[in-house]
Amino acid sequence: MTERLVRILIDSFGKILLPGLTMTIPLTVISFSLAMVIAVVMALVQYANVRVLRQIARFYIWVVRGTPLLVQLFVVFYGLPGVGIVLDPFPSAVIVFSINEGAYCAETMRAALESVPVGQLEAGYCVGMSYLQIMRRIVLPQALRTAFPPLSNSLIAMVKDTSLASNITVTEMFMATQRIVALTYEPLALYCEVGVIYLLFSTVLTRLQRAGEKRLNAYGA
Amino acid sequence: METMLSARGVKKRFGALEVLRGIDLTVSRGDVVAILGPSGSGKTTLLRCVNFLETADEGTLTLDGETLDMPRATRRQIAAYRRRTAFVFQNYNLFRNKTALQNVTEGLIVARKTPRAQAEEIGYKMLEKVGLSDRAHHYPAQLSGGQQQRVAIARALATDPEIIFFDEPTSALDPELIGEVLSVMRDLAREGMTMLVVTHELSFARGVANRVIFMEGGAVLAQDDAEAFFGNPREERVRAFLSTLGGLGE
Repeated sequence: MTERLVRILIDSFGKILLPGLTMTIPLTVISFSLAMVIAVVMALVQYANVRVLRQIARFYIWVVRGTPLLVQLFVVFYGLPGVGIVLDPFPSAVIVFSINEGAYCAETMRAALESVPVGQLEAGYCVGMSYLQIMRRIVLPQALRTAFPPLSNSLIAMVKDTSLASNITVTEMFMATQRIVALTYEPLALYCEVGVIYLLFSTVLTRLQRAGEKRLNAYGA
Repeated sequence: METMLSARGVKKRFGALEVLRGIDLTVSRGDVVAILGPSGSGKTTLLRCVNFLETADEGTLTLDGETLDMPRATRRQIAAYRRRTAFVFQNYNLFRNKTALQNVTEGLIVARKTPRAQAEEIGYKMLEKVGLSDRAHHYPAQLSGGQQQRVAIARALATDPEIIFFDEPTSALDPELIGEVLSVMRDLAREGMTMLVVTHELSFARGVANRVIFMEGGAVLAQDDAEAFFGNPREERVRAFLSTLGGLGE
């Protein structure tokens, strides 16, 4: 490796990491939190079989899972202004990522809810609890534990998917890298470098997942 | 004796299958009533209908003079009824994410708004009663089947029910663990707890129950004092059933 290349890599590290911390991470955290809210609500209306809401949930999941994330980003950011809805890049990205991820996580949550034995619900009724009390204190906590590993998967996938937001002018890590490549003409080294930073983020999340699972496993099988 | 619980004309069908064909049932205060019968006779369904875990198609249910129309009872009526009864399941159904103590106090704290300190005091007392004070902070997965079922009985006792329903409480247990559960139930009977018990344990029915209901094909075939039922069964079917299980005669 030439001395020039080493210097470029060192100089660019901070320039790529900074938008990672100010854009990629906030975009992921905000979007994933909203996605979880959507997921739990969508899973619960299906689990409880609330008539109309259940059909709305199925329709939402069908559409969102059946269309590419990139297309969804373009529809919101470049398409909606056509009907007078103009959104900034960051909020557009948050909306699309949370709606997109919400659909996938809703399926995870639904499966986890259905995996809780019906006897847990019956036992709750028999000690005099209401449906909502049972859901909040018994069924949801157990479902969350089951859903935790696949949800961690989704979170890690989302960190990497945020690179797509560069297509709607969000200056996150990938966009920052592209800019440096345009100035230095070192695509191989720089794209590998940003890849390593994504790997770093994922590694931290994997560690957190392991710690989280350990805590959730406190009550055994 | 004073009638505490009575069910009249309970009918239930699952699709084309008629599981209960009009059951009448009376339980007096302090009674221990065993429901016996071959599998598929509808015993468990009857017990589940009587606590609204299944909705009967027809029938009325009277607890202490208050009558509910079983298929049309409102959610509020059912909740009020359930707060006065308790249910012990075949496979325990302890809350898996709660410790033994939390399992026992959950119904007090959440459903009856008992202050936590008071609920825990009751919780410890009930666990002691079933011989498990030292397991208060264990999760269900850390307990044996027999211990789990005893916690389930402590949970049922905690809310001071007027009657406890037992659905084959020892059927899921290894043979060597059955004794500890039956002995707890025997103690309860001695203290005068009213119990309605679906069971396959003839020796328990014989030794503890004072009345026996024999079901077959969704109907009550015989209903008698335990002594008469085992000592001198009138119905041929009951004789046949008892002799296959080796429960007849000394």
